[in-house]
Amino acid sequence: MQRNNPTPVSHKKQKAASSAAVHIILIVGAIAFLFPLVWMLSTALKPLPETTRIPPTLIPSKFMWSNYKEATTAIPFWQYAKNTLIVCSLSVLGTLISSTLVAYGFARIQWKGRDAVFYLVLATMMIPFPVIMAPLFVVFGKLGWIGTLKPLWVPSFAAAAFNIFLMRQFFRTIPAELTEAAKIDGCSELGILVRVVLPLSKPVLLVVALFQFIASWNDFLGPLVYLTRQETYTLALGLQFFQSQHGGTYWNYLMAASSLIVLPIIIIYFFAQKAFIEGISLTGLKG
Amino acid sequence: MKKNTENLFKGLIFISPWIIGFAVFQLYPIYKSVYYSFCQYDVLNPPVFIGLQNYTNLFRDEIFLKSIIRTGIYTFMAIPLSMIVSLFFAILLNQKIFGRGIFRTIYFLPSLVPMVALAILWKWMFNGEHGILNYFLSLLGIQGPNWLGSTMWATPSIVLTGLWGVGGSIVIYLAALQDVPRSLYEAAEIDGAGWFSKARHITIPMISPVIYFNLILGIIGCLQVFAVPYIMTAGGPARSTYYYTMYLFDNAFSFLKMGYAGAMAVLLFIIILAITFIVTKMTAKRVYYAEK
Repeated sequence: MQRNNPTPVSHKKQKAASSAAVHIILIVGAIAFLFPLVWMLSTALKPLPETTRIPPTLIPSKFMWSNYKEATTAIPFWQYAKNTLIVCSLSVLGTLISSTLVAYGFARIQWKGRDAVFYLVLATMMIPFPVIMAPLFVVFGKLGWIGTLKPLWVPSFAAAAFNIFLMRQFFRTIPAELTEAAKIDGCSELGILVRVVLPLSKPVLLVVALFQFIASWNDFLGPLVYLTRQETYTLALGLQFFQSQHGGTYWNYLMAASSLIVLPIIIIYFFAQKAFIEGISLTGLKG
Repeated sequence: MKKNTENLFKGLIFISPWIIGFAVFQLYPIYKSVYYSFCQYDVLNPPVFIGLQNYTNLFRDEIFLKSIIRTGIYTFMAIPLSMIVSLFFAILLNQKIFGRGIFRTIYFLPSLVPMVALAILWKWMFNGEHGILNYFLSLLGIQGPNWLGSTMWATPSIVLTGLWGVGGSIVIYLAALQDVPRSLYEAAEIDGAGWFSKARHITIPMISPVIYFNLILGIIGCLQVFAVPYIMTAGGPARSTYYYTMYLFDNAFSFLKMGYAGAMAVLLFIIILAITFIVTKMTAKRVYYAEK
C-alpha cells in the first residue's frame, strides 16, 4: 500500500487537466453547433442592407420584427402552416391507431407464423422511398389523390414498421397477469388493448406520436412529388418555393420564415425532452 | 386446434392495417417499379414492353454513371466523418462533467432543424460573397472559395451541412455507452490502460452493434441523399452534386421517363441490399453481441 501513496495526487492532477481539456473541446464544439441557429435568428432580424454588411454584425443594429410579418405575407405562410398541421395531425392519428393495433397483434396474441411475419415487417424498413415514389405517384393518380394532401397522410393509417417495432417492444413488457385477468372477466382482445394495455403505454404512444409529427412536419420529398397545386403546399415545400423564387437576395425574410419552421419543433422538444431522448435511444437498441 | 385457428384469425385481424398498407403502398409499387423498368412509359400513354432496353441504356448513360460515382464519393466522405464526430462527442459527453445536460441539448438541437430550413440556412452561410464562413476565413487571412458555386467544394459543403445534424447519432451512441459496465473500465485501469486503449479495447467493441446499426442506416441514407443538394445547389454546378436520387426524380417527374426511373429504382434497391449484405459480412467478426 505504501508505494501507492504518490499516485492519488498525480492522478487527481491528471484528472483535472483532462477534465479541463474535455470542457474546452466541448465548449468549442458547442459554439460550432449553436452558431448557425444564432446566425439564423440574427439574420432574420436585420434590415436587408445589413445582411450583407462587412464586417457582419451579430446583434442587429435595429431589430426588424417586421421581417416576420413580411416573410409570412410574401408567401401564404399561414395557409401552408394549416396544410402542414392537417397532414401532421391526421398522420399522428393514423399512426397511433394503426401501430397500436398491429403491435398488439404481434406482442400479445400467439399465432402461427407470427415471428416470421414480424421479420418481414422489420425487413420492410429497408425499402427506400425513392424506389417506390414513382409507381406510388401512378397509384395515387389513379385514386385521384394527386394535388390533394391525401398521399401524405392516408399511408400512415397503414402502420409503419418502425412504430410497430417500438410499440411491440413496449407491449411485451406489460405483465401477462394483467391481461389474463381482463380476459377472465370476459374482455375481448380489443377491450384489453383499449382498457388495459393503452393506459399503461403512454410513454411509447408519446414517442411514436412525436416522431410521426416531426417526420410529417419535416418531410420534403413527399410533398415535392405529390403536391402539385400551390394551395396545398406544406411549409417545407412552400419555403423551398419561396427560396427558389427570391433566394440570394432576401436572406432576412428567408431566415425569418426558416426560424418559424424550426421553432415549433424546438418548443415540442423542450416540453417532451425525456420522451425524445428515450425514443431515439431505443432506435439504436435493435442493432 | 380450434384455439389455434381462432388465434391466427385474431392475429391477422389485428395486423391487417399493416398487411393492407404493405400490399398497397410497398409491395405493389415495388412490383410496378420492376414492371415499368422493362417498359417505355410516360404516364400519359400505356406502358410498352421493351425488354432490357432501359437497363442497357442506363449503362451507356454518362449522367447515370457519373451520378453513381458522385453519390459514392459523397457517401465515402460523409459516413466516416459523421461516425468519427458523433462517436467522439458521445464519448466526451458520457463523462461526468459540469454542464453535461446543457452540452447534450446543444449538440442535439441542430438535428431537429427541418431539412429545408437546414439547407437554406447553410446555403446562406456558404454564400461566397456575403457568407459568414468566408468572413471567418478572411479573419484568418484566407480567401474562402465560392463553396456551392465550385465543382470542387460543393460536395464537401453538403457533407459539412449534414454533419451539423449528427445529434441524433450522438444520442444513440450515448445510450449505448451508458450500458457499458463500469467494471470493465476499472479492470482495465488496474492493468494500466490509458484513455485510447480503453476506447479501443472496451468502448468500441462493447458498442459495436450500435456502430454497425448506425453505419448501415447512414449508408442507406447517404445513397438516397436528395433534399439538401436539391435545395442548396439543384445538382450544380456542372452537375457536381447531381446525385442518384436526383436523377431518378428527374427521370420520373421532369422527363416523365417512368420506365427509365423504374430501372434506376430497381438498381438502387439492389445496390442497397448488396451493400447491406457486404457490410454485414465484413463487420460480422467485429460486431460483439453480449449474451443476454
